[in-house]
Amino acid sequence: MHPASFGYHAPRSLVEAFGLLREHGEDAKVLAGGHSLLPAMKLRLTQPEVLVDLRHVSGLSGIRVDGDTLVIGALTTHTEVSTAEAVRRSLPGLADTASVIGDLQVRNRGTMGGSVAHADPAADLPVTLTALDASFVLTSSEGERTVAADEFFVDFFTTALEPHEILTAIRIPLPPSPARTSYAKLPHPASGYVVVSAAAALSVDDAGACTAARVVLGGVAGTPHRATAAEAALTGQELTPEVMTAAAAQAADGIDPHADSYADEDYKRHMAVVYARRAIEAAAARA
Amino acid sequence: MEHPALPINVTVNGKARAAEVEPRLLLVHFLRENLGLTGTHVGCDTSQCGACTVHVDGLAVKSCTMLAVQADGADVTTIEGMAEGTALHPVQEAFQEQHGLQCGYCTPGMVMTAAHLLETNPEPDDDAIKHALEGNLCRCTGYINIVKAIRWAADQMRGQHASS
Repeated sequence: MHPASFGYHAPRSLVEAFGLLREHGEDAKVLAGGHSLLPAMKLRLTQPEVLVDLRHVSGLSGIRVDGDTLVIGALTTHTEVSTAEAVRRSLPGLADTASVIGDLQVRNRGTMGGSVAHADPAADLPVTLTALDASFVLTSSEGERTVAADEFFVDFFTTALEPHEILTAIRIPLPPSPARTSYAKLPHPASGYVVVSAAAALSVDDAGACTAARVVLGGVAGTPHRATAAEAALTGQELTPEVMTAAAAQAADGIDPHADSYADEDYKRHMAVVYARRAIEAAAARA
Repeated sequence: MEHPALPINVTVNGKARAAEVEPRLLLVHFLRENLGLTGTHVGCDTSQCGACTVHVDGLAVKSCTMLAVQADGADVTTIEGMAEGTALHPVQEAFQEQHGLQCGYCTPGMVMTAAHLLETNPEPDDDAIKHALEGNLCRCTGYINIVKAIRWAADQMRGQHASS
């Protein structure tokens, strides 16, 4: 299978890339690792006239700590995220997420920025990044703006990213130690994509009470879904097995999952509860 | 609309190769059709099966999901670059010794992924081997002997390392 014919540019700087995006408008697509875009182009689901490959633009890759924020360059691969000591230590739920994306070869090429910008409703990272209250740095020739995950994912394959903007970095607030973050995934057995998944980020005070909770579901809507009833049921409570089970039982409240040929709505609703419970329990068990 | 061919320079199995390629040419087709290196197979063509796995700058990647122009400046190793003369790479030898193949179609990709795994983790347990092979599908063997072969190769490579 070949993608339809397109023009290819590999600019050496962001300024040059912005010029290409301005010139070609919506006919252009930005290429990072290509592991969302190229399969879609081979299937002719998308046919950009021009690809703007960021591989020669420096400064878009790598992981660094900036005060109380972890900053991940958009071109950082899933393998780099899943193996980075700073991620494993401070955001184990993110390392776990990156380590179950696709397969080893996909993780070696696929990038965090590419996955996020593609916004596949069956992708892993948008779910976890929403639970971690991440924000996305969108850069253009006019400057940069930062958009929180809750606002960034707009609909199926649709984000707040404008055609003239490039997602350059992901900023994640570092949680206090121990970082109670987790990810639990029911993968489609053939494709590895999410059928249903859940990410949890919990804060617990010295007395053992949960002071803040974010529980997010994947695979049940066009965007990551905040399970706000489950979050409310955890907040202020001691995280006993009964409290966690009762909170997870509310995870499917208000969801309207789309059925597909593999999983019908009732099954997804049921799995939302099961995987929310697993994610909450795994996050609570971090020490 | 046709787009002009672009020049690329790629090192393949240690040999510098220069070519002009259409932007949409996939790396796997560049290797197979432009260079005649047909050991890299096309299986599913949808980034699932791993038959097209090669190493790009030391990392196992699916060459059906990479443009040849993205490999400009890269160092690519295919299955043809694994043996040294008539001496098979330990992973190749392992697949022979442990009957890690039947029809052989998936084998080049399996060998490339396994070799990458053993470079990053010389002592993988069975779970690590299975996790690493998630992107390589085999329709014949049931995987048991493939996992055995990789374990065997790991032992051989550690032994060689210890005795050298």
